[in-house]
Amino acid sequence: MTSASSSQRLPVLASIIIALMLMIVPLPDAAIAFRPDWVVLTLIYWAMMSPRQWSVGSAWIVGIVLDVAQGAILGQHAMALCLVVFVTARFHLLMRVFPLSQLTATVFALLALYQFILFWINGVANVSAPAISYWGPVVTGTIVWPLVSMLLSGVRLRLKFGR
Amino acid sequence: MVSTRSDSNPARIPALGARFLILMALSLVLMVLDHRQGHLEKVRDIIGIAVYPIQLVVDAPFRLWNWAREGTMSRNALHLELGRLEAEQLVTKAQLQQLTALRAENARLRDLLEARSRVRDEIRVAEIMAVDANPYRHNIVIDIGERDGVYDGQAVIDANGVIGQVFEAGLTTAQAILISDPSHALPIEVNRNGLRTIAKGTGDFDRLDLPFLPNNADIEPGDILVTSGLGGAFPPGYPVALVTAVNRIPQQPFADVSAAPISSLDQVREVMLIWSVASPAPNAAIALPETSID
Repeated sequence: MTSASSSQRLPVLASIIIALMLMIVPLPDAAIAFRPDWVVLTLIYWAMMSPRQWSVGSAWIVGIVLDVAQGAILGQHAMALCLVVFVTARFHLLMRVFPLSQLTATVFALLALYQFILFWINGVANVSAPAISYWGPVVTGTIVWPLVSMLLSGVRLRLKFGR
Repeated sequence: MVSTRSDSNPARIPALGARFLILMALSLVLMVLDHRQGHLEKVRDIIGIAVYPIQLVVDAPFRLWNWAREGTMSRNALHLELGRLEAEQLVTKAQLQQLTALRAENARLRDLLEARSRVRDEIRVAEIMAVDANPYRHNIVIDIGERDGVYDGQAVIDANGVIGQVFEAGLTTAQAILISDPSHALPIEVNRNGLRTIAKGTGDFDRLDLPFLPNNADIEPGDILVTSGLGGAFPPGYPVALVTAVNRIPQQPFADVSAAPISSLDQVREVMLIWSVASPAPNAAIALPETSID
């Protein structure tokens, strides 16, 4: 259980890289504020399903990469992702038995927490942004969560039971 | 051994809390170092190497699409484009002839006045990569970086005027902040009378604010604003914006002046980076201007 072979890690890594790509795909200006936080959603899923392999450490590294990709303060996304994934890993057994509606509500709270951390650090660093750029991703992220979790379950079950 | 223990209590993840606390402290340290001192350029460059392939993959379809569109353009359309460009080049060349003479005259006059001669600017074209950066800022990512001599604070222009400055020069790419970003301010002067002030971004692509002009300042809608060169980041004399509205409120100490950037900041695809090169002796400046454009 603890020794995850590379064949099991690779698809998860691929899903994280795809999420990172989705974070920088160009969108029309009107839609930028509504880009779901794909990376957070992906990491929440993997932290919930296999918290021994994917928890705070990997979240932190992904966060640093995201910081560089977005030209943000180094450590900003790392800290926010780390916190969200910590909460997820801490309560992963509880979250696994939640019905979808309750789980989606939990994800909403986690996304709000994530954006709050970013907002707080932006405030300290004097980066001002309209409120919609914080609330937009929370709302769209919650909407796409069922889809993301469905897709990633497909990946996970295939990993578990072979193709 | 570890596995048997964790199997016996599946809710417990070994050392989760401790790892979490260490990483939180580490992020805090990183943020302070990065924000207060900016010591982490090298770290950023190294991680940037990992980010670059991701950016390339995202950018590739857009590049491919442009390439395919150019490749399949009809002969007729190409002819029309060629004609247009030739006409445009003729006009530009005619203007440039005058520029050479004016530049020589300017150098002579400055020589007479014993003023330091103006620096000559070297320009290089860069392409904006089709990747989005920070959603809280007006950023663009361009496809050349430190490897090509790009440095932090370098001025970025397009064919019409100033669009921003580099704030993160990575190894192979660089991020630039646009003049419309709310945290960006740019020293400018009114071209008509040399009135100096500061243009601040508003977060709106087609509006800049000039918050520090007194009510009796000589400024009118339609005035052209150019870089003043004060502050050192931008070379002087590049057009920035057109004044669109001047609202003088008698009770307020400052007039409410707004301007529209001359280049359409949300539509540029190709940009130019400026290197200021100290020009040789004033007399040598009479020679043809050699602006290198790769």
